[in-house]
Amino acid sequence: MMTPARRFAYSLAGLVALAAVPTLFPGYHTSLATEMLIFAVLAMSIDILAGYAGRTPLCHGAIFGVATYVVLYYVTVEQGNPWVAVGLGILAATLTAVVFALLAIRTSGVYFLLLTLALGMVVWGVCNRWTSVTGGENGLRGTVRPEWLADQADLYYFVLAATSAAALGMWRFVNSPFGLTLRGIRESEPRMRTLGYNVPLHLFIGFVVSGFFAGVAGALYAFFNSFVSPSTVALAQSVEGLLMAIVGGVGTLFGGLVGAFLIIALENVVSSWTERWSMVLGLMFVFTMIFAPEGVLGKVRAVLGRRARPIPPRNS
Amino acid sequence: MNMTLFQILNGLTFAALLFVVASGFTLIFGLMRIVNLAHGALYLLGGYFALAVATKTGSFTLAVLGAAAGIAVVGFIIDRALLVFVKGFDLRQVLLTLGLALAMNDLALVIWGGDTFSVPTPEWLRGPLRYGEMAYPKYRLFVLAVGIAVFAGLWLLLNRTRLGALIRAGVDDAEIVDAMGVDIKRVFVFTFMLGAALAGLGGALGGAFLSLYPTADSEILVFSLAVVIIGGRGSLAGAAIGSLLVAMLANFGQVWFPELAYFVIFGPMALLLAFRPLGLFGKAA
Amino acid sequence: MDRRTFIKNAGVAAIASTGPWYLKSGLTQSGPIRIGLLAPLTGVVASGGREIVEGFNLYWDRNGKKAGGREVQIIVEDDASNPDTALQKARRLVEQSKAHFLIGNLLANTGLAVAEYVKGNGVPYFIPVIAADDLTQRKRIPNVIRVAGYTASQMPRPLADYSFKKKGYRKIVTISQDYTFGHEQCGGFSQVFTELGGTIVAQHWHPLNTQDFSPYLAQIQGANPDAVFAMETGADATRLIQQWANFGLKGKIPLLGAQNTSDQSVIRTLGAEAEGILSSAHFAEGTDNPVTRKFVAEYERAYSKLPSLYGFSHYSGALWLAQALEAVKGNVEDRAKFLDAVRKTELTNSPLGATVKLDAYGNPVYDISIREVQKRPDGRFWNVPVASYPQVSQFWTYKPEEYLKQPPYSRTFQGIKKA
Repeated sequence: MMTPARRFAYSLAGLVALAAVPTLFPGYHTSLATEMLIFAVLAMSIDILAGYAGRTPLCHGAIFGVATYVVLYYVTVEQGNPWVAVGLGILAATLTAVVFALLAIRTSGVYFLLLTLALGMVVWGVCNRWTSVTGGENGLRGTVRPEWLADQADLYYFVLAATSAAALGMWRFVNSPFGLTLRGIRESEPRMRTLGYNVPLHLFIGFVVSGFFAGVAGALYAFFNSFVSPSTVALAQSVEGLLMAIVGGVGTLFGGLVGAFLIIALENVVSSWTERWSMVLGLMFVFTMIFAPEGVLGKVRAVLGRRARPIPPRNS
Repeated sequence: MNMTLFQILNGLTFAALLFVVASGFTLIFGLMRIVNLAHGALYLLGGYFALAVATKTGSFTLAVLGAAAGIAVVGFIIDRALLVFVKGFDLRQVLLTLGLALAMNDLALVIWGGDTFSVPTPEWLRGPLRYGEMAYPKYRLFVLAVGIAVFAGLWLLLNRTRLGALIRAGVDDAEIVDAMGVDIKRVFVFTFMLGAALAGLGGALGGAFLSLYPTADSEILVFSLAVVIIGGRGSLAGAAIGSLLVAMLANFGQVWFPELAYFVIFGPMALLLAFRPLGLFGKAA
Repeated sequence: MDRRTFIKNAGVAAIASTGPWYLKSGLTQSGPIRIGLLAPLTGVVASGGREIVEGFNLYWDRNGKKAGGREVQIIVEDDASNPDTALQKARRLVEQSKAHFLIGNLLANTGLAVAEYVKGNGVPYFIPVIAADDLTQRKRIPNVIRVAGYTASQMPRPLADYSFKKKGYRKIVTISQDYTFGHEQCGGFSQVFTELGGTIVAQHWHPLNTQDFSPYLAQIQGANPDAVFAMETGADATRLIQQWANFGLKGKIPLLGAQNTSDQSVIRTLGAEAEGILSSAHFAEGTDNPVTRKFVAEYERAYSKLPSLYGFSHYSGALWLAQALEAVKGNVEDRAKFLDAVRKTELTNSPLGATVKLDAYGNPVYDISIREVQKRPDGRFWNVPVASYPQVSQFWTYKPEEYLKQPPYSRTFQGIKKA
């Protein structure tokens, strides 16, 4: 049984293990680990919507990238302060999520997926063509990290701290009464409506919160990458983020962490041996959907018999 | 030459190609409620098949028919060997086809490489048709003719045959049809193969004037999605009108608002999805 | 197995799997020279990317994989025609594979992303194909050298001169892909053409991956210029040339192209539609010069196709680097010395049949040929020189200091001289 004490112990152990990474695996692997943490936040933010609210989105890559663009723009073009840039970036991402949510809330299932896909593409189109601001195809580049984060290990620790805070925030959110309502909506919307809950409002807030955290990931990515281009907001980014959430386990939140780790590690290994990463990724999607749609953590939970998994609703 | 007439013809001929591809997409989406995101990859593969056949046999007709038939078979395999595992789970189906699209695209790259190819056309379709001052490519007019023929053929199939009636009934309400004792499974398989065949046909046709290259699949998929969303799920008329709208928007958008490119297509698509998800002619799932 | 054991085992497995790479690191002076080759092997310019790798490898395969007394190891990474991936792979090459220097990339935006990265850590980066003007003009980075390469605006200027003086064209329409490479090529062309007295009637810019050129072709027909300068790469070039013929414009309006438009990688899958297109470049696979012919024959033997600019540029790049590596006796760890040797190298055995060296700003100077697409006896098409402009630098006839005062070419600045 997962008592709060055990959960705390595991989390602490996990944190300690993660904190040891720069010492055990310096250099390139530290930056790989940094990337994993950043995308874990993205994947977890997607899970809030896909797993807890039952709406699978294909636009979070765009929301993520909006934050990255704003941070890079503010620091390299406006010569602004990096921390202000981060704030602005997260704000921009959240606002994007607000706009998307307003349009998308009324749909569900496949239509929701397609609508978010289209919205993400609109953002991509803007980033691609608005050359005077976004740099168009060339993107924006320049060092945005503050001086004291210049070292790889320092950046890693910072990102680790930020990721932990974000993860904690998301965890508290999905386990709050609000989060439970979201889960209720995922199970059965009509029931929640008859019970008197304002379903659209809950979905809207869920979407925006999800977008907020995607923005956090995007801002961190700006620090990490010092570069942004239309491919950061492209559909492929949303697809990879979604796959991380699914492979890790939709509806488990921390599946995002597992998924990000697995996919990025796999990509690193696969692309040193072959150019066929795209095919591997595609086949992973196929096999996950057929054999393990509940993802790694979902399967682990099922195997351990912990907390009987609810039968997934018809439309997931 | 009258510029506007020229542009209108451009829009019409592109619409014809779009229609061929999107009609397949909407049939599958309409009847089986599967958003087949691998549809673009089927188009691309169809184009490459046609290229292979045409190069081997020198016959354009064989190439086109071969592509349609070949991709129908691929469709059969996808449906029976993969989609069968995720029956009833809409989102899983979509994501599975998405994964397939990625894998198929890469497979095409391995087999045919990244060079840009065109399906070779017969002599009598090359060059322009001249009418006084005007000159317009013969091949594009041919595509327009094929598009109209496909529309006619599908319309007859859907409205004048028993099979078509079953398909239309299934689009409206698959459960009732099943309950009436009809072997709906066979209808499903046939429809999927037909949809795939149309994608393959589209690839063969499109491969001759828009050429074949690694990202052609996602481009045509994007257009097909827009057509089906705008036109409505499962509606032939919707696919036709949707194709016209999207093609005209794309064409004139390119001329008048080159800056906005994708906006012109995705903007309306997003708005429609938000406010009228069923599109112009769609019926509730 | 309970949860704890499972996690422990998984952790051990994870750590164990990363072990081998962890142990692989470590620079040794006497070990092999590790070259990081970045190329788009997937994505929209996959075919050009493949040729980059082929051209580069052709040199090393034929000359043994060694230089300066050390073995040469080439590590290839795919940048997927995408700058984010290019950056990721560059990092991996430098930080994980411990490459001594980087070379490659095709699309300008991928090159710029990698250049920014090496600006920060001083790793040498060589760009035979990346033609972004400013990398050897206003935004020079000391460790980025355009070995065996060219700037975008360098190539089309002789064509503009030839069009005006020899072909007598006075009104030209340009059509181009809408990104930096296109802007710079058209700018180079337009500036020279208008300075001579010609007019650029209209300029069409279209997004990369335009499937349907009919809207532009309609407008071009309406404008009825003396000729059209088309700046296209990859699939866009193929489509434009085909649609040009299908719309009946071939034969009616002469088509001038950037060197990419009529590059071998484009015309080899086309037919008679490409015949007659004029372009200008340092390399023409149909050059009747024994050194070039030998190279083309070798390339054909190795890869069953005629070399394109991408293959040629990287072959030359390999030649250049090999020479520089010999000059420093393989001491590639001393970056300053190595970069200096690269800058001072004069390539005497280039397949061009002429010596190539860098100007003061780090860009090579070439004899540029006006090339025409012609049909070979065996039915294939290739570029044959019909005129030559000697010693063309990235600055044409302008004084560098004067030239650098004008803004970089962009959509809004095309160097067009008002009449």
